[in-house]
Amino acid sequence: MALAGSAGAGGRRRARLRSTAMAVARFLVVVALTYLGLLAVTFFIGRVIPVDPVLAIVGDRAPSHVVERVREELGLNLPLYQQFVIYVGKALTGDFGISVLTSNPVMTDIRRVFPATLELATLGTLIGALLGVPLGVLAAVRRGSFLDQIVRVIGLVGYSVPIFWLGLMALLVFYARLGWVEGPGRIDVVYEYTVTPVTGILLLDTAMQGEWEAFRNVFGHLILPASLLGYFSMAYISRMTRSFMLTELGQEYVVAARAKGLSERTVIWRHALRNALVPLVTVIALSYANLLEGSVLTETVFSWPGLGLYITDSLQNADMNAVLGGTIVVGSVFIGLNLLSDLLYRVLDPRTRAR
Amino acid sequence: MTNDAQTWRAWLTSERPASRRQARLGRAYAAWSRFADNRLAMAGLFIILALLLVAVFADMIAPYSAVTDGDLRTARLLPPSAMHWFGTDDQGRDIFARVVHGSRITLFVVILVAVIAAPVGLLIGTIAGYAGGWVDAVLMRITDIFLAFPRLVLALAFVAALGPGIVNAVIAIAITSWPPYARIARAETLTLRHADYINAVRLIGASPARIIARHIMPLCVSSVIVRVTLDMAGIILTAAGLGFLGLGAQPPSPEWGAMIASGRRFVLDQWWVAAAPGVAIFVVSLGFNLLGDGLRDALDPKAAGQ
Repeated sequence: MALAGSAGAGGRRRARLRSTAMAVARFLVVVALTYLGLLAVTFFIGRVIPVDPVLAIVGDRAPSHVVERVREELGLNLPLYQQFVIYVGKALTGDFGISVLTSNPVMTDIRRVFPATLELATLGTLIGALLGVPLGVLAAVRRGSFLDQIVRVIGLVGYSVPIFWLGLMALLVFYARLGWVEGPGRIDVVYEYTVTPVTGILLLDTAMQGEWEAFRNVFGHLILPASLLGYFSMAYISRMTRSFMLTELGQEYVVAARAKGLSERTVIWRHALRNALVPLVTVIALSYANLLEGSVLTETVFSWPGLGLYITDSLQNADMNAVLGGTIVVGSVFIGLNLLSDLLYRVLDPRTRAR
Repeated sequence: MTNDAQTWRAWLTSERPASRRQARLGRAYAAWSRFADNRLAMAGLFIILALLLVAVFADMIAPYSAVTDGDLRTARLLPPSAMHWFGTDDQGRDIFARVVHGSRITLFVVILVAVIAAPVGLLIGTIAGYAGGWVDAVLMRITDIFLAFPRLVLALAFVAALGPGIVNAVIAIAITSWPPYARIARAETLTLRHADYINAVRLIGASPARIIARHIMPLCVSSVIVRVTLDMAGIILTAAGLGFLGLGAQPPSPEWGAMIASGRRFVLDQWWVAAAPGVAIFVVSLGFNLLGDGLRDALDPKAAGQ
C-alpha cells in the first residue's frame, strides 16, 4: 500500500514535470507567434501603407537608374515575404535602422531613453499597488461603507479623466501655484553634470554617488508624474482587488476559518487576501504594462525624456524608423508582461494545472 | 389613469406572457426597471442624452462661432465672464462655443469606431465559435495577438503612417479595439452552438452563414453592446490623446484633445483655456462609464453583485 503510494507520488511528480514542460513550450510558441504578429503589423505600417519609400529618399525627379539602384539597396525589389524575413531577422538582433532625427541607430537612442520611462513606470506601479491593494481589501470588507464609495469614485475618475489633462492641472497646482514639486524634466540643469549615468535610473545613480542634493532634486521632479501614473494604477488595482476579495470572502473556507475562531484580521489578510493575490499578480503586471504605454502622454506633458517622448518627438518629425522601433520595443515589453502574467497565473494557482 | 397604469404593469410583468411580443416587452420592462433603480446609471444616461442634444443643437446653444478668430486685440485670452462663460483662447475664440461644437466631433469618433469595430468583432467571434477546429484556433490566435498589443502606441504608429486627421484616428482606434468584442461573441456562440434550436435550424437545412447571421448573432448583440458602451470612455480618451499629440483632428477644428494641447502653452497664466475641454472629456467619459455599468447590471443580473 505504502509502496504503491510512493510510486504513485513519483509518477505524479513526473507527470507534473512533463505538464509544466509542455506549458512552458506552449508559452514560448505563443510568445513567438505574438511577437511575429507585432512585427507583421509594424512591417505593414512601415512598408505597405506609406508612399514609395524610394521616392521619399531620392525625390520624384531622380533618373530611373538611380531609383532602381536605391530600390535594390533597400531590398525593395525582393518579394514582400522575403523582405519580411529580412525585417524579422533585423528586428530580432535589435536593428531598427538609423533615426533620421538624431542620425544614431534607433536602438542606441532607445537604450538611452528607456531607463527614464522604466523609473517612472516602476515608481508609479509601486505607488498604485501599495495603495490600491489595501484600499480594495478594505472596500470589500466594509462593503457599502463610506470607504467603499470613495474607492468607487477613485475608480470612476481614473477610468474617465484624460491623463494628460490631469497632468497639466497637477503641474499648474503643485508646481506653479504651491511650489511643492519641481517642474517638467527629470533633473535641473545645475545638477545634470554632477552625476555620471551608470544605470540611467537617476534615483539610483545619485544615491550611489552620494549626491544627496541632486537626489532630492531628482525626486522632486519624479514624484508628480509618478503619483499621477500611480493614481491610474491605483484606480485599476483597487477596483480589481475589491472584486477578487468579494469572491473570496463568499467562499466556504472563509466561513470555516471564522468558525475555527480565527480573528477577523487573520481571516481577511492571511487567508482571503492570499487567495486573491493569485489573480492580483496578473492585474499588477498588466497595470505595469499599461503604465509603460500610458507614459507616452504623461511624458509629453512633463517633458520627461523617456521612450514615450522619443516616440512622439519622432512622430512630429516623420522619423518612421524611430517610431516603429519604439513601437516594437513598447510592444515587446507589453507582450512580455501580458504573457508573463498569464504564465504566473498558471504557476501560482494549482487549480489551473489540473486541466 | 392609475388603474390604467396598473393594468399595463400587470400585463408587462405577467408570469405567463400570452404572445411573443408580450414576453419581449416584459423582459425589456424588467431590464428597464432594474436600470432605472440605479441612480448612477440614470445620471450616466442623462449625461449622454445631454451630449446628444448639445451636439444636435450646437449652433443654437453656442453664441459665437467655434472656428473663426475673434478680435485679436481685445478678445484674446479673456478670463471666464458673463460674455464668455469659459473665457476665450489665444485666437480670441469663445471657448464655450468651441466646447459645444467639439461634442459633435466626439460623437462622430465614438459612433464611427463602434460602427466599424463592433461588427468586425462580432463577425470574427461568431465565425470562430461556430466553426470551431482550426478556423477557431487561427482566428482566436489573431485576436489574442491584437489583444496583447499596446493600443495607444499602435494607434500612434498607424496614424503616423496614414497621416494625421480625424478619420485616420478613427480607423487606427477601430483597428485596435475590435478584439474584446470577438472574444465576447465567441464565448456566447460557444454556449449557443449546441442548443436544440440551432440543431433544429440546421436540420431544416439552413446554411452555416444563415445560422450565424440570423440565429446566433442577434443573441450576442446585447453583450457586445454593453461592452462597447463600457469601452466608449476609453475610445474618447484615446481619441483625445491622439488629438493632444496633434495626430487627430487638425486646427482650427474644436476637438477637445487638440484644444487642451493648444491651451498647454498658457496653462500657468490662463488656465481656463486647457481646463474647460478637459472637464468636457471627463464628464462625457464618466457618463459612458456610468451608463455602461448600469447596462451591464441591468442586462446581466448575475454580475450585478460585483
